[in-house]
Amino acid sequence: MIGEGIQSSNQRRHSFVKDHVEVGFFTDPSVCIGCKACEVACKEWNQVPDDGFTWSGNSYDNTGHLGASTWRHVMFLEQDRQKGNQITGPMGLPFEPASPARADPQSEDPFRWVFLSDVCKHCEEAGCLESCPTGAIVRTEVGSVLVQNDVCNGCGYCVVSCPFGVIDRRPEPLPDAGGAFKCTFCYDRQKSGLVPACAKVCPTESIVFGRLDDLRARGAQRVQQLQESGYTDAQLYDPTETSVRGIHAFFLILGEPEAYGLPPKPQIPTIYLKSAWTSAFATAIGSFIATLLAFTFFS
Amino acid sequence: MTNDQLSEKRLDQLREQAWKDGVVTDRGVDVAGGPIPRKPGYYGEPVVRPPVWTWEIGLYFFIGGIGGMSAVIASAAILFHHLDLIRAAMWLAGIATILSPILLIMDLGRPRLFLNMLRVFKHQSAMSMGAWILTGFGTCTAPGLIAVELHFHHVFGGTMDQLVRIAAGIFVFGSAFFGTLLATYTGVLIGATAIPAWHLHRVLLPIHFGTAGLGSAAAWLELIGHRIPALNAIGYYAAAVESALLIWLTFNKHGAADRAIHEHGSGWLIRIGEILNGPLALILRLFGLVPFAAISFLIGSLVSRFGWIAVGKVSGTDPEAVFASQRL
Repeated sequence: MIGEGIQSSNQRRHSFVKDHVEVGFFTDPSVCIGCKACEVACKEWNQVPDDGFTWSGNSYDNTGHLGASTWRHVMFLEQDRQKGNQITGPMGLPFEPASPARADPQSEDPFRWVFLSDVCKHCEEAGCLESCPTGAIVRTEVGSVLVQNDVCNGCGYCVVSCPFGVIDRRPEPLPDAGGAFKCTFCYDRQKSGLVPACAKVCPTESIVFGRLDDLRARGAQRVQQLQESGYTDAQLYDPTETSVRGIHAFFLILGEPEAYGLPPKPQIPTIYLKSAWTSAFATAIGSFIATLLAFTFFS
Repeated sequence: MTNDQLSEKRLDQLREQAWKDGVVTDRGVDVAGGPIPRKPGYYGEPVVRPPVWTWEIGLYFFIGGIGGMSAVIASAAILFHHLDLIRAAMWLAGIATILSPILLIMDLGRPRLFLNMLRVFKHQSAMSMGAWILTGFGTCTAPGLIAVELHFHHVFGGTMDQLVRIAAGIFVFGSAFFGTLLATYTGVLIGATAIPAWHLHRVLLPIHFGTAGLGSAAAWLELIGHRIPALNAIGYYAAAVESALLIWLTFNKHGAADRAIHEHGSGWLIRIGEILNGPLALILRLFGLVPFAAISFLIGSLVSRFGWIAVGKVSGTDPEAVFASQRL
């Protein structure tokens, strides 16, 4: 599985689009080396413009977060925890090799560096898709969520409807400014039987592309494998129990979702519609009655 | 001594120790932001996205509210034969029906594609419903206003005038129907989103926006000279409801999840707006200072609309608010 080389799933051509099979991404930080090749490949293939060069000071991550011109984003987490069974040194420089403290990892400051390539989650119930008033956002035959750039008029409602803060409106003066953009799941590549650019370039198969049911099985197996190797906080991030009903680009995470900026219980905003519209109709009727009463008794 | 000075002092100590002993074994200083981030979430980055909307949307909420609810006042004026009030209220609705789409189109990222709003009818999208409500409102208000004016100036005589009168009635009531929805759907629009401070108050928002719209319409009509008891009563009603909402908002707190409403500049906008169109408007009206009450209510409604947009911007960039709302 991991390390299958040229026989791996990432290298094969596929015909999922033709077969109308649901596909997805499985992103695994336990093998990610933080090379950002996925970010570069995504930008190059999709001709995404640069969105400024800023120094964040947050580890080696100057991208910050997903946005209109960032469809893959490699996170660099620095945590005061142990990564699996690795021996951690002190955070200061280890000048004394004979120090007895180094033999026992628990007595030192534990430290780990985790990388995770974030991407649009392609939700089962997608907030952006439901809220789009122009029908620009559609569900494709492989189960992904796609923004049709030529239809989008840039109303900005999808931006506040995404529970993961993925989609955003591209500001001036970038090319194609004003429209909402996010990961296309390389729909154009998939149409030609190619895997998405980020999965194609990933050198460690941290990003795996494939049939969704295969990936879910693979993810569960990987979690078990990691747990056995001492990564006790390894878990899958796939919110199937909330109103989002699962994501097509799911992640293996070490630790809590909050540390990755992932919402612990994401909800699709359409679940709020019923109570909000009830209140709106009640107010509409109430205002009408109040006006009529005012004219009846004070005319 | 500031943190920076303390850090520098500690670094100097470490340098001295390194010179003296050739080795430093104990810990140095914690640089701000590193090595372990102490900000919530991922380096304090937002979890959801704040709204990209600018001042046009706040103003549209205000003008749409006035226009929509003045159509309601116009329909009541028809039933109670206040001919001058029908005209004034329909003109207000007519101006709003021109200004609202202009403001909305200005806010679009691609204004030239605004007609794509009417490509689909999606009941699960409050934005789509809003586009259709505004379309319906315009479709009724424009001919309604024309028919009212034709009837008032007796352009036609006899049977034709009677037909114009009936048409005016139908269009004004249609305009009132869409108008109530126009004034209240905006609360649903921002209530059914992923922004925690908005969706936690999704029941309050339509009540607030609708009632502020009704009170503002009455206040505006009073200011242009329609000082009748019925509008005064509507003013009392709206200010009383807004006062109740202020009390509700004060007690219905959700901690970090909706702190944008109670803290920051956005919190002040909400508070100032609610006091101006709630208790202050009520007190001024009780003392018979009707024009002042009307002005207070109008300013309060405008400020609180911008306040709610500001709340969305603050709450949308606050990762802890998202986490707290999902832990509730």
